[in-house]
Amino acid sequence: MTQSTKIFSRRDFIKVAGMTGSVLALGFAIGCEGKKEGVLTSLASFDPATAKEFTPFILIDSKGTILIYNHKPEMGQGTFQSMPLIVAEELGVTLDQVVVQNTVVDKRFGNMSVGGSYSVRGSWKQLREAGAAARQMLIEAAAAQWKVNATECDTQDGKVIHTASGKSATFGELVTAAAQLPVPKEVKLRDPSTFRVIGKSVRRPDIINKVNGTAQFGIDVKLPGMLYASIERSPVFHGKVKSFDDSETRKVPGVKFVQVVERNVGLNKAYGVAVLADNYFAAYQGRLALKVEWDNAGVELTDSDKLYERFRNLTRTEGMVAHKSGDFAKAYAQGAKKVEALYELPFASHAPMEPQNAVAHVTDTSCEVWAPTQVPDEAFDHLVKFTGLPPDSVKMHFTFLGGGFGRRLLDDYISEAAFLSKSVKAPVKVIWTREDDMTIGPFRPGTVSALKASLDAQGNPLALQHKVVAPSIMYSLFGAQDPNHKEDSGAMEGIADSPYEIPNVSHHNIYAETSVPILWWRSVYSATTAFAHECFIDEMAHAAGKDPIDFRLGMINKNTKMKNLLLSLREKSGWDKPLPEGWAKGVAIWQFFAGQAGHVVYVSKQGNGVKVERVVAVIDCGLVVNPDNVKPQVEGGSIMALSAAVKDETTFKNGMTVQKNFNTYRMSRINDSPPVEVHMMPGGSEPEGVGEPGLPPLAPALGNAIFALTGKRHRKLPIDLGAV
Amino acid sequence: MANLQLNINGRDIAIDADPAMPLLWAIRDYVGLTGTKFGCGMAQCGACTVHIDGEATRSCIFPVSSAVGKKVLTIEGLSEDGTHPLQKAWIEHQVPQCGYCQSGQIMSAAALLASNPNPTDQDIDEKMAGNICRCGTYGRIREAIKTAAKSNA
Repeated sequence: MTQSTKIFSRRDFIKVAGMTGSVLALGFAIGCEGKKEGVLTSLASFDPATAKEFTPFILIDSKGTILIYNHKPEMGQGTFQSMPLIVAEELGVTLDQVVVQNTVVDKRFGNMSVGGSYSVRGSWKQLREAGAAARQMLIEAAAAQWKVNATECDTQDGKVIHTASGKSATFGELVTAAAQLPVPKEVKLRDPSTFRVIGKSVRRPDIINKVNGTAQFGIDVKLPGMLYASIERSPVFHGKVKSFDDSETRKVPGVKFVQVVERNVGLNKAYGVAVLADNYFAAYQGRLALKVEWDNAGVELTDSDKLYERFRNLTRTEGMVAHKSGDFAKAYAQGAKKVEALYELPFASHAPMEPQNAVAHVTDTSCEVWAPTQVPDEAFDHLVKFTGLPPDSVKMHFTFLGGGFGRRLLDDYISEAAFLSKSVKAPVKVIWTREDDMTIGPFRPGTVSALKASLDAQGNPLALQHKVVAPSIMYSLFGAQDPNHKEDSGAMEGIADSPYEIPNVSHHNIYAETSVPILWWRSVYSATTAFAHECFIDEMAHAAGKDPIDFRLGMINKNTKMKNLLLSLREKSGWDKPLPEGWAKGVAIWQFFAGQAGHVVYVSKQGNGVKVERVVAVIDCGLVVNPDNVKPQVEGGSIMALSAAVKDETTFKNGMTVQKNFNTYRMSRINDSPPVEVHMMPGGSEPEGVGEPGLPPLAPALGNAIFALTGKRHRKLPIDLGAV
Repeated sequence: MANLQLNINGRDIAIDADPAMPLLWAIRDYVGLTGTKFGCGMAQCGACTVHIDGEATRSCIFPVSSAVGKKVLTIEGLSEDGTHPLQKAWIEHQVPQCGYCQSGQIMSAAALLASNPNPTDQDIDEKMAGNICRCGTYGRIREAIKTAAKSNA
């Protein structure tokens, strides 16, 4: 396969990216032969003085040491490896021959955000082109020296080779000549059948630093003269600061400033009172001593019971039709068997292990920020706007992220750090407490689903209706900009475009107003709606008296991807094998914006409860870039989804969040976590999403397994496994 | 404020700090070792786990003054060069995803193996249940502990 494509132009990159002087110069030569495992080789092995830029992603020094920039924040999903790996494949090197470094924000990298399971598939072409451009330049330089045809040369393991003559030269020997050549306007990409590193198991470079304490997260950044900030915020959503008394706060040794701070939540503003001190503990002690009076005038005091009552009532309305085919009302009325159910799914906290934090240093002429963020490029734009500085004077670094899960798609905590640094004219690190993280949100929105279906006398599905009552994430964040569009079409993903072919369908999205701050949570609306939809499909299968997999297969003809996935799941899970005594199984599949996967969950009876014995997952993520990254993502996604199914739940009382820390917001721990087997569908030609597809089918597969075991249908999460 | 004599990773270090300050913040902000992480502030997640005289301890609720006269071990001091059997096993099994909780996981596991060189699944569940991993790496943590136990044998 040969693809021709246009390539971006080149500028002096070193100046922009700032190799030296950065406190976060993270670079590793990884897994080098002859070196002790676990030894960090710093950027010292790379000589920026002699380095030449071969596209913004690739720098090569005169010794041939290659630096590849990672432009996508690493939050556990593996970009620190998968991004440079794709470049390395086209360039003709292995990952142990390169130094990988996170870049600062630079518009030449394009989209630097990480979300929507999009990093690999979204950067695939761009990174291959970058590697191929550099390869062509090195080959041209070698071919000119050897007076051979460039088309007869290739690169491998950091060398250009001419097989016919047996000539070879290292990249270091060619770098000076090659860098003088123009970056090719069009590049030829390698034939995927010749890939040497893509598709193979390759160890992740960041892991060495994550087992010896040297990986730098946002919370670890320290600047000279830096102040630490802890911020008291209204316990009631949207409360404003009326007044505060800081007389006790100012008595705490180390406290330097107390002041009101703004936080940008999408297009909304939130407020708090910040205590700044020369160490974090003093800032926190000072915060505890604050007396703040909040202005809650006109603020809705959200209560979960009332909220869900309102959501349930909304299921009687029609909302917006997201998908319609045939005549649902008529077919439903004519059905020989009817099924009807209401599902209620909770709000949830992202709760990444690293609480929100950011370090900002804003002066009259410059702005430099370090933060664990999924949206460094957006944060950069917001900083340019906030400071009013020219973009060249703003520098945005992203660190390793202690988890993201969607929470860090919002840069609200960065806006606080920048605001405070500008106010007090010093570098400032803002650190949220766990209670801040869990009580302020934003949260995964809860949803209510009302479903109806009918079947004919033979158990064939005739009609299906799924009404999703959901708050709108888009409206919550950006409604101020576009007040006319309240529904978030994301709420219908996986439903409106379901693989099941049912002749009469009517799916509705009903907008549910809420003042609770909400945000994208790993797998977004599918994290709740898939449970309702796939459990209800199981209810239909039960009404039809059919095997849950047979029933589903009977409804999938056109979507061969999902049909094959379900067939593979049947085989890999041993679905048709006899079960041990007291065991049962459940299945679910889901296809949505992020990709597609399916689960079979095995449970056993344990007294009044059940135990999850075994989880089998199949993912179709197209072309697999690194199997040892796909598997952990699906393993971890399954455990996170299990946690959400049986533990996590955020509720509200009197306008405040009830669950404040891990003692009441319970999450799966090692003793709650069953083995997860992951299988990947073979044969894709392009990469597809990996990070999120492993979540949505887990909870419905579990619910369906519990039904098969106990005969009881759970239509609410979380399920208490100790008393089903 | 008080002058506190600490022993961290075999080194004597004097700091001038509030004696009530949790050891976590003393280690991070004063000593400058940032491998030990803040997760919850109430001994619920285990991200801040260090050893005090060999015992796995949640440093987020342990006053720094109580560490005086004791030996504190952090992830940075677990081995000279990252070659503790658990660190090697963590790399072999590619355990970390985001990695934020893993210092605490490894320190809890090190205390477990020190007292029980050949733990069963149940032993692992019992001693590791105090450490939360939001990325869900528990299966790999379990396998890595077993690998490390074997390499010690």
